[in-house]
Amino acid sequence: MTTMDARSMGTSVRRIEGPDKVTGTATYAGDSVADGTLVLHPVQAGVARGEITAIDTAAAQALPGVVAVLTHRDAPTLGDTGDPEHRVLQGTTIHHRGQYVAAVLAEHAEVAAEAARLVVVTVDENPSTTGFDPDAQAYTPSALANGQPPDSGVGDPDAALAAAPVVVRASYATPMEHHNPMEPHTTTATWVDGRIEVFEATQGVESSRQTLATLFDAEVVVHASHVGGGFGSKGLHAGTVLAVLAARTVPGRPVRFALGRRQMFETVGYRPATVQHMALGASRDGRLEVVTHDVVGATARYKEFVEPAGGSTRSMYAAPHRRTSHRAVPLDLDGPTYMRGPGEAPGSFGLECAMDELAVALDLDPIDLRVRNEPEVHPENGLPFSSRGLVECLHAGAERFGWSSWDRTPRRRLVDGWWHGVGVGCGTFPTLRFPGSAAEITFTGGRYVVAIGAADIGQGARTVLTQIAADALGVDVGSITVEIGSTQVPVGSIAGGSAGTASWGSTVVEAADRFRDKYGENPDDGDHADAATPDNPWAGEYAMAAYCAQFAEVAVHADTGEIRVPRLLGMFGVGRILNPTLGRSQLQGGMVWGLSMALHEESVVDPRFGEVINHDFAGYHVASNADVRVVEAEWIDEDDPYINPMGAKGIGEIGIVGVSAAIANAAYHATGVRVRSLPITCDDFLTSGLL
Amino acid sequence: MSTTIPLTITVDGEPRDLDVDPRTTLLDALRDRLGVTSTKKGCDHGQCGACTVLLDGRRVLACLTLAVAKDGADVVTANGLATDGELHPVTEAFLANDAYQCGYCTPGQICSAVGAIDEARQGMPSAVTSDLTGEVTLDRTEIAERMSGNLCRCAAYVNIVSAVEEASRA
Amino acid sequence: MKPFTYARPSEASEAVAALAADPDARFLAGGTNLLDHLKLGVVEPSQLVDVNRVTSTAIEDLPDGGLRIGAGVPNSDLAADPRVRERYPAVAAAILAGASGQLRNMASTGGNLLQRTRCVYFADPTTPCTKRDLSQGCSAREGWARYHAILGTAADGCIATHPSDLAVALVAVDAQVQVLGPDGARTIPIGELHRLPGDDPTRDTVLAHGDLITAVDLPAPTPAVRNSTYRKVRDRASYAFALVSAAVALEVRDGTVADVRIALGGVAHKPWRATVAEAALRGRPATDDEFRAAIAAELDAAEPVRSPLGGNTFKLPLVTGTVVSTLRGLAGGTA
Repeated sequence: MTTMDARSMGTSVRRIEGPDKVTGTATYAGDSVADGTLVLHPVQAGVARGEITAIDTAAAQALPGVVAVLTHRDAPTLGDTGDPEHRVLQGTTIHHRGQYVAAVLAEHAEVAAEAARLVVVTVDENPSTTGFDPDAQAYTPSALANGQPPDSGVGDPDAALAAAPVVVRASYATPMEHHNPMEPHTTTATWVDGRIEVFEATQGVESSRQTLATLFDAEVVVHASHVGGGFGSKGLHAGTVLAVLAARTVPGRPVRFALGRRQMFETVGYRPATVQHMALGASRDGRLEVVTHDVVGATARYKEFVEPAGGSTRSMYAAPHRRTSHRAVPLDLDGPTYMRGPGEAPGSFGLECAMDELAVALDLDPIDLRVRNEPEVHPENGLPFSSRGLVECLHAGAERFGWSSWDRTPRRRLVDGWWHGVGVGCGTFPTLRFPGSAAEITFTGGRYVVAIGAADIGQGARTVLTQIAADALGVDVGSITVEIGSTQVPVGSIAGGSAGTASWGSTVVEAADRFRDKYGENPDDGDHADAATPDNPWAGEYAMAAYCAQFAEVAVHADTGEIRVPRLLGMFGVGRILNPTLGRSQLQGGMVWGLSMALHEESVVDPRFGEVINHDFAGYHVASNADVRVVEAEWIDEDDPYINPMGAKGIGEIGIVGVSAAIANAAYHATGVRVRSLPITCDDFLTSGLL
Repeated sequence: MSTTIPLTITVDGEPRDLDVDPRTTLLDALRDRLGVTSTKKGCDHGQCGACTVLLDGRRVLACLTLAVAKDGADVVTANGLATDGELHPVTEAFLANDAYQCGYCTPGQICSAVGAIDEARQGMPSAVTSDLTGEVTLDRTEIAERMSGNLCRCAAYVNIVSAVEEASRA
Repeated sequence: MKPFTYARPSEASEAVAALAADPDARFLAGGTNLLDHLKLGVVEPSQLVDVNRVTSTAIEDLPDGGLRIGAGVPNSDLAADPRVRERYPAVAAAILAGASGQLRNMASTGGNLLQRTRCVYFADPTTPCTKRDLSQGCSAREGWARYHAILGTAADGCIATHPSDLAVALVAVDAQVQVLGPDGARTIPIGELHRLPGDDPTRDTVLAHGDLITAVDLPAPTPAVRNSTYRKVRDRASYAFALVSAAVALEVRDGTVADVRIALGGVAHKPWRATVAEAALRGRPATDDEFRAAIAAELDAAEPVRSPLGGNTFKLPLVTGTVVSTLRGLAGGTA
């Protein structure tokens, strides 16, 4: 088994759609401005739980420019997708604040918004719980969001903890966070003769098509040429269903629904809050005897999603005794969902901070501690690793970062009024391949047209698939045209789980192999071949994952407690990097997400109102340009012949994993203050008494 | 219902007539009335910078600008920066430095960068200018501060700073 | 947003008369705050009176060595003016610490002073807010109060903070605000422009309906003002409102504080002139201990909020750290 030869792969081909993006001529879902497009503005529930008893739409309907007002009274019965979020306007029950209860269609945005304000919804309110209390009654879910079991265990962890010479026990908290892609979720839908055409901000045109087809029992075409970021949030949410319901009432006229930023905090999912109870027991020479990671996380009462925060603890370090568990506290909020590094991003905060605390307790370099606990095989299922670059990442990263030049004693370096320190955090993310894609290659006009319903959400799918196709066909990238982002080309799986490139790329390679087998090097015009995603013969034989070691330098102001991150270095073991420029961009972006998670992001639910109260970019901070200083992403040479023909592990998620722990650990090293709750802000230091 | 008001604005070099409701923002006027979709709506509240355009030569937020108040104004979007078929140096630098990923904030970033470089050339200081009365040197710290009104959730910030740095020296 | 009409008078008196004739009309200047609030439904005017043609965009020298800043001067132009940068560094620094380049290009001098609180409850008409509606209570006291006031609050009342950076610096330099109202022109010391919430938190300032700020006068700079700066502490390195800010001016002679001005942002319903601390410092040695003692005296009256969603008791050490660090920097030490 070997990975395929690379000519274009591994080179920095520029983004193919670059010229369109930098001029603004790339069309996103809200940019199709056909004449006669109507604007939808929703009416949303003002309480977290209740029953609608009346809706008065008269004033809204009387407003000039209003075309229609939709409520549950006149909505058709939708097909069942199994997802409660898709049951839009299907009844009177309110499950969460912000749920769509009506919608206005109007000629112009300002009229639609004003009319929506005039719709009077009368509700019998029921008691609700929207604030996350980790000590509240929790239940054991049947499965985590990624399908894994909620609990795992080996040996007798409690006895091992009682016996271990050195034990660290601590609890870590991560808050609710919202994805906030710059492009708000947007749908432009037209209903003509029982056929629905949708321009959609989606991470998967085919999954959107299937959902809408089930709901509306209609032929559906979905387009997503360009998607303004997704990060897990751009599955099919209620807003799309609402837009199509509205389009159904005005056949032939496009209906556009572009969410406002506040609606992004109540209708398109989020990363749920967790509290992670960690216990590590070790011998005095730093061998882990036991690791336990017990997670309590928030979920929605009406739609379960349990963040698999303990998942990476199952594979990161060797220890004969181990346990992970997940319990869920149901809240009357909209449903949580996948968010960049789902499970691993918050989970690595708990595990990697605890490892740092153990290193302090052992008076051991935190890098040495991790190296000493490197497993030979997957510590729970016993599978060999297809490749595992963690130790090499730690060593290469430490070298590049200048780790050894820092005294490990906390609170030693004060420069111009700022305490400086360094920290490390590690991470992993599974290397997956989703089934179900199909690719078609047609030779036409001297070019190879490669069609697959992939989504480019900024990760560079269009470009990298071009490179993969070129190498698989043995031609220059200039001979390839890749067509993606539509259900009018063969199906593609979603852009998610860091599996997009692996899934689509494997399919394209398969189609290319068939094409060459059928037509050789000199095909005729019109020759074509297709293929479905091949199974990975090594699935189940090897544990497959990406690894990283993240290094952070942190500065904390000695008077004010302000925290800054002057330097981040991520060292990655991710197989072959298919496009160094695009890959570095994506990894750096993930690392900045980690920085943003560490220092800024927190959705604050006010349980009196059942809503996220800091529901805009002024209240919910994401990292700005000035927060980001030196951010370097580098990788080790890693040849993994078992994962896919390209030898490429997904890189969308791994960039964020471990960063928040590296920053928290560096903050401890800088100041001596251990912060176990994100985000880390000045008050953590001001109230410590240590400044 | 308010009555509409006629006005003319020049968009990317072309005079455009339109009738707008007084409530219509410049952003909605551009996108919905004139079909100029290069300018993006990211938050509609002045908190993200995606709608940045050059208005009479200065970078502003189209979402917080009422169209009626800008009769006669000259608006340039990222799609209007090119001259004689040549991409603007800032546009070219964004391409060369991979200073974007999903591309949604990019037109606003580029308009903002053009404005920021111009402001620095005029000697306008920023919050990180160490000597308020001295010369402005557009180093990476200065660029990052001056570009902080443009959020990028893909977090292409490192490359955005590189692009602006490169373009500012052109 | 509710429909409104739009007028663009060419004389300031016309603009003032337009408001005087319509209790629901509003002035439109830079629009950066007003448009936000129109979209949120926080304000619902019948008419917008655009004052961009009637307010001066000039910065003029005054005979006493001061400056007159036209109310229409964009924030970015004010911060860039060489006279302001040299003579009133705290004023330039305060503007540059606020908002973003785009917003500073749009926002006017007068409008900056009249921007409204960024309290999240004020900006969300679905939650009760005593600043929007006197008949309602304050949601922030039991809510997300991280950005809220610790000084000058009324019992159980509004704990909103004033968000302007510029106003804080103007308070430190004793600016005078020129106002044209229905009854003619008058001058208001900047320290008297903004109000504490008292029994009417709906009013941010002493201005009456129809009062138009036409200019802001900066008095001739004292040695302390020439040695002034603005320090803003926020949760993000840029493009964020202040947790706490301080405009500080300091003159030290022979190791002793000869003159000092301290104005605080992010702590009260108005820019807070720290007169107690200033009095405590004058004539005292310019040392950290003295700085710390002085600001502690100022904070004796502080009433931070303890809320289930995160209070603001941390602002006590934060104000102390910010002011001490800034004074130290102006005295020649490490800020």
